[in-house]
Amino acid sequence: MAITSIKNLKEFSTANERFEGAHLLCPGCAHSMIVRELMNCSDDNLVIATNTGCLEVSTAVYPYTSWDTSWIHIGFENAATAAAGAEAMYKARKRKGTLKNPDAPVKFVAFGGDGSTYDIGFQWLSGAVERGHDFTYICLDNEVYANTGGQRSSSTPIGASATTAPAGRVSYGEKRNKKDIVAIMAAHGAPYVAQVAPNKWKNMAQSFQKALQTEGPCYVNAMSACTTEWKFDPKDTINISDLATDSLVFPLYEIIDGTELNITYRPKNVLPVKDYLAAQGRFKHLFKAENAHILEEWQKRVDAKWEYLQRREEARV
Amino acid sequence: MAEKIELQEVEVWDGNYAAAQAMRQAQIDVVAAYPITPSTPIVEGYASFMADGYIDGEFVMVESEHAAMSGCVAAAAAGGRVATATSSQGFALMVEVLYQASGMRLPIVLNVANRALAAPLNVRGDHSDMYLGRDSGWVQMDAFNAQEVYDMNLCAFRVGEHQDIRLPVMVHQDGFVTSHTAQNVKPLSDDDAYKFIGDYKPVDDLLDFSRPVTHGAQTEEDWHFEHKARQHKALMDARPVIESVFAEFEKVSGRKYKRVESYMTEDAEVIIVALGTTVESARVAAQQLRDEEGIKAGVVGPRVIRPFPFDAIRDALENCKAIGAMDRSCPGGALGMLFNEVSAAVYATSDRPLVTNYIYGLGGRDLAIVDIKAIFRELKANADAGKITTPIQQFIGLRGPKLGFFETRGGK
Repeated sequence: MAITSIKNLKEFSTANERFEGAHLLCPGCAHSMIVRELMNCSDDNLVIATNTGCLEVSTAVYPYTSWDTSWIHIGFENAATAAAGAEAMYKARKRKGTLKNPDAPVKFVAFGGDGSTYDIGFQWLSGAVERGHDFTYICLDNEVYANTGGQRSSSTPIGASATTAPAGRVSYGEKRNKKDIVAIMAAHGAPYVAQVAPNKWKNMAQSFQKALQTEGPCYVNAMSACTTEWKFDPKDTINISDLATDSLVFPLYEIIDGTELNITYRPKNVLPVKDYLAAQGRFKHLFKAENAHILEEWQKRVDAKWEYLQRREEARV
Repeated sequence: MAEKIELQEVEVWDGNYAAAQAMRQAQIDVVAAYPITPSTPIVEGYASFMADGYIDGEFVMVESEHAAMSGCVAAAAAGGRVATATSSQGFALMVEVLYQASGMRLPIVLNVANRALAAPLNVRGDHSDMYLGRDSGWVQMDAFNAQEVYDMNLCAFRVGEHQDIRLPVMVHQDGFVTSHTAQNVKPLSDDDAYKFIGDYKPVDDLLDFSRPVTHGAQTEEDWHFEHKARQHKALMDARPVIESVFAEFEKVSGRKYKRVESYMTEDAEVIIVALGTTVESARVAAQQLRDEEGIKAGVVGPRVIRPFPFDAIRDALENCKAIGAMDRSCPGGALGMLFNEVSAAVYATSDRPLVTNYIYGLGGRDLAIVDIKAIFRELKANADAGKITTPIQQFIGLRGPKLGFFETRGGK
């Protein structure tokens, strides 16, 4: 049974397991929490496409698989197109009557990391969404090329130290602000776009269910805290995620039909951004005196984005 | 059900339209495609069949050739018939996914209207794209004219979807000279064509949820070699399958095909080995030389480039004295591909023929009958002298001074 009525974690733990625990993801990796929850959200048959990345290399190493559902990986950049191709075949075969079980509901889902979503796979994602395929794309956003050892992506936030944008004697690390992928996907006119985080698991499950139930291309950006590259203790994944959502570094919201914005989580006590940054090794150097301006810049940007989201929500446009 | 088309006994089609018609008759489930010159009319022709109700399947116009092949791979994994078309730069953009398609053992038919690769940018025909794909693990069939484009398409589905093979198949045709030149084509009726191709039989179907499958797993040093070896074996095992498909095709069409097409080779002293439309030009040149100058000339055209017909090429060439291997692709610092592969095939014969390499026709440069006759005469001089009398590799039809590389030392 899927977790159709989401009340407490105990109930959550009784849901169907279509993602096997025996995988090679790091202890403390948020990817498996997000993937398991997506798969537990629905009783429908699932066809899952996955870009090359941590999730893929950790769950389908021949002769093993963690996927107790239909699953396909082709390359680094094309999971969105894989979902689209499978969805097109489903439509064709349904019409022609060659499906084994034509009445069983099927959902098409694609997973990619931020490297394959924001960067190398962006064109494939954009094309598949523009064409209106009925699928849900979920970005497991850990803000770095984690699978290959921590290179910067266009999701890496300013001031983070990455192996190709390292902090050093004369550098504070990544110089550019994170790309606003949620706004970009909303601008495609996708019927449902959301940002979620695994610490707010009820909120995440609701977003996943909305995305799966919405006809057409949906995009969900899921924050996935990376113990290895963000540099925190594996036991602290959910604590770090709480700091991210409660400092509003990762605000949780959804955008319907490209316009209607709803904030889906409002922290009771908003924490300072530096509390979130201080908990991770990748931002350690920002607490040197010469980098104080980056900390200020961070807080200003987070405040401005929150203000923007609230005004968008009020305006209903 | 899609509407059928009543075809004439003889239609006037160019190679592109012949491919589009064959694709329509195959009742493909998904075509994911992106247009590029000179293959664009294949996709346009298919789109117009779709618009007029002659297609039941899905037609997905994607945003790049990479996505076209990506969509084809996933669609094929989802248990239905899949095909597309491309050329040149689009083929180059697809290359990553070509390897994934074959490695994942998915039968997909790809029509390639062959065209040069930039730079310099050029839309005309040569075999650069064909050669780029030669190690991609696909079955590759070569059509010399529009009729053969149609025929090879029908055969391609049978070969690729054969349960012992399960590999993707390319059908090559020369850009413009075949793709855009209207010729007489004798098609099968819609019913006969589909009956020949048959229903698609899904294997490890993504849409069969009673038996979930994982497609595109990772293998490292523990299993990768075994997977690639099995893939290569399947490609090699395609040789008898192709022959049996050709034999069945002859029964329904009256047209006979072989993995290697030989023309006047039984008594030939000199033979040109070529691909595409050059095979037809060389046949004309060979006949003329026999009539006019008594030169015993013959022509060999590999119908199937992969799996390379090492055995059949050797058998076709072993009794001649001199061979001209014609490569229509810039060899990039080596001898041409056909030269290397033909030389390897005849190396194991007891009385090795002399093999020389001609680079020609790059970027659509014309190759006239007189040029081919001149090559045959050079081959004849080599045969008479018992050694190679020219540079081993020569560029022909080139402006400016002659360009050639490597001389033989001490005869053979």
